[in-house]
Amino acid sequence: MVAAAQHPNIELLAYSEIEDVKGYIGNFDVTIRKKAKYVDYSKCTGCGLCETKCPSKVPSEYDLGLGKRPSIYKPFAQAVPSKPVIDPVNCRKLVKGKCGVCAKICPTGAINYDDKDEIITERFGAIVMATGFDLFEWEKAYGEYGYGKYPDVITGLHFERMANASGPTGGKIIRPSDGKEPKTVVFIKCVGSRDNVKGKEYCSRACCMYTAKHAHQVLDKIPDSQAYVFYMDVRTPGKAYDEFYNKTLDDGAVYLRGRVSKIYPEGDKLICKGEDSLIGKNVTVAADLVVLATAMVPSAGSDKIAGIVGFSTDKDGWFQEAHPKLRPVETHTGGVFLAGACQGPKDIPDTVSQASAAAVKVCALFSKNEMEADPMISKVNEEKCSGCGMCIPCCPYKAIELKTIQEREHGKTIERQVATVNSGLCQGCGACTAACRPGAIDLEGFTNAQILEEVDALCL
Amino acid sequence: MKYAYFPGCSLDATGIEFGLSNKLVAKKLDLDLWEIPDWNCCGASAAHLTNHMLALSLPARNLAIAEKAGMKVVAVPCAACFARCKATSEAVKSSEEMQKKISDIIEMDYQAKAEIFSLLDVIGKQIGLERIKAQVTKPLNGLKVASYYGCLLVRPPKIVQSDDPENPMTMDNIMAAIGAEPVEWSFKTECCGASHVVTKPSVGKDMIYEILKNAQINGAEAIATACPLCGLNLDMRQKQINANKGTNFNIPVFYFTELMALSFGCSGKDVGLSKHFVPAEGLIQEVFGRARREEA
Repeated sequence: MVAAAQHPNIELLAYSEIEDVKGYIGNFDVTIRKKAKYVDYSKCTGCGLCETKCPSKVPSEYDLGLGKRPSIYKPFAQAVPSKPVIDPVNCRKLVKGKCGVCAKICPTGAINYDDKDEIITERFGAIVMATGFDLFEWEKAYGEYGYGKYPDVITGLHFERMANASGPTGGKIIRPSDGKEPKTVVFIKCVGSRDNVKGKEYCSRACCMYTAKHAHQVLDKIPDSQAYVFYMDVRTPGKAYDEFYNKTLDDGAVYLRGRVSKIYPEGDKLICKGEDSLIGKNVTVAADLVVLATAMVPSAGSDKIAGIVGFSTDKDGWFQEAHPKLRPVETHTGGVFLAGACQGPKDIPDTVSQASAAAVKVCALFSKNEMEADPMISKVNEEKCSGCGMCIPCCPYKAIELKTIQEREHGKTIERQVATVNSGLCQGCGACTAACRPGAIDLEGFTNAQILEEVDALCL
Repeated sequence: MKYAYFPGCSLDATGIEFGLSNKLVAKKLDLDLWEIPDWNCCGASAAHLTNHMLALSLPARNLAIAEKAGMKVVAVPCAACFARCKATSEAVKSSEEMQKKISDIIEMDYQAKAEIFSLLDVIGKQIGLERIKAQVTKPLNGLKVASYYGCLLVRPPKIVQSDDPENPMTMDNIMAAIGAEPVEWSFKTECCGASHVVTKPSVGKDMIYEILKNAQINGAEAIATACPLCGLNLDMRQKQINANKGTNFNIPVFYFTELMALSFGCSGKDVGLSKHFVPAEGLIQEVFGRARREEA
């Protein structure tokens, strides 16, 4: 991220949202809302003094509530640019009008409580979507795991924050309820994944490997600890993946093939009742901490942004690629590319691969003076076109618009409107040719005359 | 509103307190329960282990009688009867072929026009907590009750359509309305192992033991249930479990309508308190004493 921020040809618009996208490949007019930061970045040096003195502390979103953050904050330590914003919902000065500590303490006078959202429109040639994923809300679906009311039933992401040396616990794995070190940790995989009754039908793909990593971390960091992993299948297709899983087994993690049907507290233990389906017996584990490998779901608002940019999503809300095998990086909309988990559950190596591919696709597009397009596209016969515009709402790619032409009629020059097809956007689906009442639109290569000739050849 | 009422076999036998207290509570709440005439056994778990069509047809006959009498709603107190009646109604609603087949077997027309509800849902959701509160004359102040739903009131979720298959609250809300304190516990919807107690007692008793243990750990002084089999099991087996496991369980088990009737001012004798295996009168007396102390 730092390298990207410093690149002369990259303009980083952090803390901004896309409001609207108009235009087409090569000519996207994008309206961007730059949210009010309340900090003048031309003055701010990123010294961080304001963050240490802010009196309004709220649960940190990045640490999933395990730690706190001030109301003038950077989302996480490595955030780029390394300058804070004020959270207008929790800032005392912005909510109640009293406080102003950050403004008093800022050595460069960068705090500006009157900052407003700014809306800009810029033109871009291509768009790469990389909106990522969220975790499945297991608290709403899995009553048997307590609907989220037991503090020591956490998700893999909570665990990840705890295991991180710069995280809220400084890398120490603890029980959120009492801060004690857990000795027995139970991991449950496929919570929401591969569960078409309570969750999603698909496999979330990254969980088998990160659960193996977490189990390894428990055994590594906590002396005399035991890790139990309840699984449906262990799926480790990737370079050196299976070796890592086997190493975790060798380290002493106990893998149990079966689901946990119930978790309930007894004393300060969490009793996990499950099944070992390989021996066909019920298993009960008294755990100190339970870590759920919850399903990946499309990030909140991703369906809205897909609508704004103008491409489709699949049945689960993931961004739809143009072809599952041959065009996994493109969308059906020209000039819009996909990178990472927004297209479907992915781990880091796969995300990096797809993101690199998307970047190269954009470079290839921009490297040419002219764009290569499919020749089998719609063409309007202007003499026949009545300018009714019926074809415009039929086009799924927004490729048709009306234009004004001049022509001579009875010795006079008149102006009238006719349809015109944008050859960069038309995908040759043919919807407009069927909708055209005067028969003015033909699909090149599949014209009405050509098809009738074929019919004649077959029938006569 | 008039409800067709299917008491089922248990309410005249092992669950007699349930039957007695249902009638008392219905009277207080102006609940017009019309007992289906000439009703037969619902088949419970025995029939559906024997023959699928038998299991659907036994309740269908009772429901057809109610339908013929023009009843719109059927209230079923026993959890097993409720689950069987509801399953029959859903099967008939889902397929015309099934409707014809069942009507042929029972030699009566049955269209599944009437809605089937458990008595718990009728009281907790249709009558509502406000009307219950209005009838309370002797609140059960402070009585810590573990509301136990068992399996058949909440499963299978698609058929019985309870408020929540994992953490139902209907009975808890009723208990709070009559002045008791519903405890948070984790075994609300566990199976009590009813059928195992006959065929393989060691398995069944272990299941009861776990339920009693969790109720005790969470501070329950009493257990409330809406199922005659659960009630019987939890109540009758405590002594044996104490002998086998060396425990000292002494948790009276009530039908939820018993506790309601008591809070509505009915006497322990009318409710059938003396019928319990684990003596319950002492606890109830003590609870009313508590209430008086608080008033004073």
